[in-house]
Amino acid sequence: MFTSSFKMLTASFVTVLITTSAASAFTACQVTDTGGIDDNSFNQTAWKGVQDAIADFGIDGRFLESQAETDYEANLNSLIDGDCDVIITVGFLLGDATKTAAEANPDQKFSIVDFAYDPPLTNVLGQVYATDEAAFLAGYLAAGMTETGILGVFGGINIPPVTIFMDGFSYGADYYNTQKGTLVSVIGWDTQTREGLFTNNFESLDDGRAFAQNLFDEGADIILPVAGPVGLGSAALADEVGADQLKIIGVDADLYATDPEKGHVYLTSITKRMDATVRQVIEMAMNDQFEGGLIVGALENGGVDLAPFHDLDSAVPASLKAELLAIRAGIVDGTIDVSP
Amino acid sequence: MTDRTMQNLLQGKAIGRTEIEDMVVVPLFAVIMALLLGALTMLATNIDLSTIGRSYIALLDGSVGSLNAISETLTAAAPLILAGLGLALGFRAGLFNIGAEGQIVVGGLAAVVTGFSFAALPSFVLLPMSLFAGAVAGALYASIAGWLRAATGAHEVISTIMLNLISFRLLDYMLSLPFVQKEGRADPISKSVPDAAELPRLLSAVDPNLRVHAGVFVVMIMVVVVYWLLFRSKLGFEFRASGENPKAARFAGIHSGVIIVAAMAVAGALAGLAGANQVLGVLGRATPGFSAGIGFDAIAVALLGRSHPVGVVFAGLLFGALEAGGRQMQVDAGVSIDLIGIIQALIIVFIAAPLLVRAIFPWGFRHKKGGA
Repeated sequence: MFTSSFKMLTASFVTVLITTSAASAFTACQVTDTGGIDDNSFNQTAWKGVQDAIADFGIDGRFLESQAETDYEANLNSLIDGDCDVIITVGFLLGDATKTAAEANPDQKFSIVDFAYDPPLTNVLGQVYATDEAAFLAGYLAAGMTETGILGVFGGINIPPVTIFMDGFSYGADYYNTQKGTLVSVIGWDTQTREGLFTNNFESLDDGRAFAQNLFDEGADIILPVAGPVGLGSAALADEVGADQLKIIGVDADLYATDPEKGHVYLTSITKRMDATVRQVIEMAMNDQFEGGLIVGALENGGVDLAPFHDLDSAVPASLKAELLAIRAGIVDGTIDVSP
Repeated sequence: MTDRTMQNLLQGKAIGRTEIEDMVVVPLFAVIMALLLGALTMLATNIDLSTIGRSYIALLDGSVGSLNAISETLTAAAPLILAGLGLALGFRAGLFNIGAEGQIVVGGLAAVVTGFSFAALPSFVLLPMSLFAGAVAGALYASIAGWLRAATGAHEVISTIMLNLISFRLLDYMLSLPFVQKEGRADPISKSVPDAAELPRLLSAVDPNLRVHAGVFVVMIMVVVVYWLLFRSKLGFEFRASGENPKAARFAGIHSGVIIVAAMAVAGALAGLAGANQVLGVLGRATPGFSAGIGFDAIAVALLGRSHPVGVVFAGLLFGALEAGGRQMQVDAGVSIDLIGIIQALIIVFIAAPLLVRAIFPWGFRHKKGGA
């Protein structure tokens, strides 16, 4: 207890020293995974959090893109040399590399998106999201909107931050079935065997197109690609066959805004407000409130949500919108279980 | 012409003025031109001159400016040189092997599986064994393409590209087998190799963040081995003779089929070693995409190195430096890492077109009198 407050004193003393000596006292650095900074979803959303912090707090921000997994450790190392006040690593796949770097550099503050350490590390703040809450709403919505009675889903890699979308989506559709007595099925993910369709990458737009084509051929008319930029390939297919035949549900960011050319094919997006949590982490680090542990984004605090329907708003029946509002309230107050 | 070629072949290597121009001056100008055009590209994307200056300083700083920079350059260069040596050897034998990437995948996979399967063995047995497994797997995988060429005439460019694709899916499949997959994970990721199978880091006593590992010794040994094989051994002579003139080589009693398979196998062994180098030295395990395009970059390295072992070393170091320095460019100047890709590609363009370089820098070359 004493040591930690002593550390905080030293830290604030150092901060004072730096503020007086340098123009921009605080630097937030980000390491992306292999999707790249301009992936229109995952990394880009997290980077927006840094940009927001730059605009709001006048800090410096920089990022490093990873081109391969062999880059993770090297990128972290080059940032440790480069006087970053907080290093934000984006993605589950950086979990091991971040842990190694955090243990080797106990005085450096880290924050990782989509990873929770057990036991927690004192200098790493994990940012995790109850994505299944928003995905549950998306599943219910899609089940209410489908004409073929078949929904499609595929993921990037079979890791928890991806499959949580697929779980919520499937359970949401199931919930619609039990409420309405319908038989809407979800193909591409089995919540029991934990197996399904995975592209095994977060880069290939071709895969996004091919996987969506397969699901479309199987009768799916609404598809949820959970693979960052890969989903843009699926949207391209939907654009070609027409949004009346195939709709896409975006993930991470509101893809209607980040992918405006194909905006009309997005029924909605399951937003994961990494920008909000990243900004929050930076603010905590600036105010010496930083400590290892977890912050969780959920429906309740707006950390996850369902984006507006935009162009397809008129296609969604008012009754379905009202049901979604009721379910949202049920999820927030705990009466509806999103992972039965 | 044939006289000179034969003479060169017999003497191993006789370097004249033209060879020096070809091996040193062309690559040098290619790099300079690529850096200049890279700067123009940055200008065209609205990056101001001071940032461009800073980014090239960062490129230098991040590749040779500190102990960590040199360590990163060597770490990145090691697999490029290993795979590049194999490709260079293939080029000398007249084989255009595009399959280093797949051979890296298969070699790395074999090294990882060997590493964690025999975890109880002491390091001095396990490490060489894992490296050897990587080399053998790469050799076997590459010789498939060699055998197809020798037996059926199927061109190695096509078959190695196909074998690359197969290797990626094979990797995905193998990584999700219970016997390979890491415990408690559903995504494709292999078990970690024990410390005894890892290529030890050389400078961890100085700073635990320094990644340079014992793979650099493997590289040094292999450079000497390939040099000897290519220029001092009977097999190397047969490789080069088949590459220069397959018909003449056949009339001279060289079994072209055997030579093709052997050359592919040696090239594959070196690429397999590059894969083993990555998993045992850098990652400690295998994941999808651990090959990271090294096999394709190595083609450029072999071309830039003019298919000469010593040239490959310098070309590999240059590409390693570009990779390490590119990271620093992102940190210091905020310039996209994609720019490094552009510069690398430009180097290849100029290397592949020596006449273009000669036309741009006429004063760098001796003027030829009479015809070519």
